[in-house]
Amino acid sequence: MASTETKSDAAVKENDGLGGLEAGLDALESSVAGRSSFGTTFRQKILPPLVAFVVVLAAWQALITFKIVDDPTKLPSPSAVWGEVENAWLQGTLLDYIWTSVSRGLLGFLFALVIGTPLGLVVARVKFVRAAIGPILSGLQSLPSVAWVPPAVIWLGLNNSMMYAVILLGAVPSIANGLVSGVDQVPPLFLRAGRTMGATGLRGTWHIVMPAALPGYLAGLKQGWAFSWRSLMAAEIIASSPDLGVGLGQLLENGRNASSMPMVFLAIFLILFVGIAIDLLIFSPVERRVLRSRGLLVKG
Amino acid sequence: MATTLAKAADGADTTEYAARIEHVSKSFAGPAGPQLVLDDITLDVAPGEFVTLLGASGCGKSTLLNLVAGLDKPSAGSITTNGRPALMFQEHALFPWLTAGKNIELALRLRGVPKAERRERTEGLLELVRLKGAYGKRVHELSGGMRQRVALARALAQDSQILLMDEPFAALDAITRDVLHDELTRIWRETGLSVLFVTHNVREAVRLAQRVVLLSSRPGRIAREWTVDIPQPRRIEDAPVAELSIEITEELRGEIRRHGQH
Repeated sequence: MASTETKSDAAVKENDGLGGLEAGLDALESSVAGRSSFGTTFRQKILPPLVAFVVVLAAWQALITFKIVDDPTKLPSPSAVWGEVENAWLQGTLLDYIWTSVSRGLLGFLFALVIGTPLGLVVARVKFVRAAIGPILSGLQSLPSVAWVPPAVIWLGLNNSMMYAVILLGAVPSIANGLVSGVDQVPPLFLRAGRTMGATGLRGTWHIVMPAALPGYLAGLKQGWAFSWRSLMAAEIIASSPDLGVGLGQLLENGRNASSMPMVFLAIFLILFVGIAIDLLIFSPVERRVLRSRGLLVKG
Repeated sequence: MATTLAKAADGADTTEYAARIEHVSKSFAGPAGPQLVLDDITLDVAPGEFVTLLGASGCGKSTLLNLVAGLDKPSAGSITTNGRPALMFQEHALFPWLTAGKNIELALRLRGVPKAERRERTEGLLELVRLKGAYGKRVHELSGGMRQRVALARALAQDSQILLMDEPFAALDAITRDVLHDELTRIWRETGLSVLFVTHNVREAVRLAQRVVLLSSRPGRIAREWTVDIPQPRRIEDAPVAELSIEITEELRGEIRRHGQH
């Protein structure tokens, strides 16, 4: 460099000007995103599903009232189903039904998480393993998990282990596949940046690959939960035994055996309700938080 | 230079170069056999020196930078650097799952800085790039210029002897780019870093560098070198900057023209 003298006054002044200039640019170019008010949230997010619910209920009641379907053994009235809810509640069995299935489902899902995560990571990162079992893993996703119930009963008998085995076979491929596609979508730029910072091998996996793959992984978990729940219901409907306690699947099967349409409807609604509730209470908030913190949640 | 001496006084820096590139060639597998991208490049970057690599598309300047960064291996020749180089990209490459401050802290963590020191050092680096108070900001909340300054702070956190920059300002608007030129010059003079800066913008090259190295295209060879004696701080509009830019542009156009004639 030609001039190596200490900073002149002029240079100092110029730097002060530069700082101010920069502060101005920063202020001009940064956008401030506020969160929407409760009123907007209510109108855009809560009201539409509420309206849809009321419309379906009204249509259902209309079918009964105008005697379009005039056979309570085929279509029970909403009030009959509600009576069944009250009945189960008063007998104290309603929460038992739900808890029996939910506890099984969540525990099975946790097992699936513990197995599916390292499996997905190995498939995503090790070429040989990917070529060997990658296609089978994605193929397994399209195999209805109800197909696993007969072999699981033969191998393990009519017990809780059989239920967990069916859940695992249904959910592990989804979780592993979600992680694989999450890892595949990590921008190569992040990996290069990580490598220049010294994040290679396991440190790279922990600090760069896993957090970068999180959105895909979460989508896999969400699907994994849906598969867990479905597999469990299939298992409970097919393999009922007095030792197993009455879960929602058994409730449905009991309703069919007793030719009680309100009980069948009750079971179906509870199964649907639990599936939606777990998604709304656990997965959606986590997913939204992750996406929002990364600026990936587009408002509109 | 005073800033360089400060670094040398630490005792760590006893070599006379920050990066030494010797007879480096690189070829990639192409449809018609191996394709030579870089041909016999020899270049030293002295401690504290600011060198720009200038060239048209296909001159392999980014390839060369990747080789120096250790992200790829040369087909022939050798590259020695004093420690692991830091690298800045055209895209900020900040991790969106971390805040601005945590991005910088990750660089400190990965090179083994104890936890107790990280926060303070990060605040210091943010202050250096004039982003005091941006510690908790998410990457998407920052403007393009701010992101590149955080990326610069993160690169500085690696405490490398040499900073490699791959067209870091190419995606910014002209006003912001101009400001970041001033900023980079200031930080370079304050830290005594060596910088190897890749660009296809001739004026930018002259505005920033002590030495401009022109690469020819396909394969990349060193075509010519200029020493820039214009005192800093310079402005991109300064007459001497413009004058030298015209001379270099002529040479660059000559290089490009050769590809039109066979």
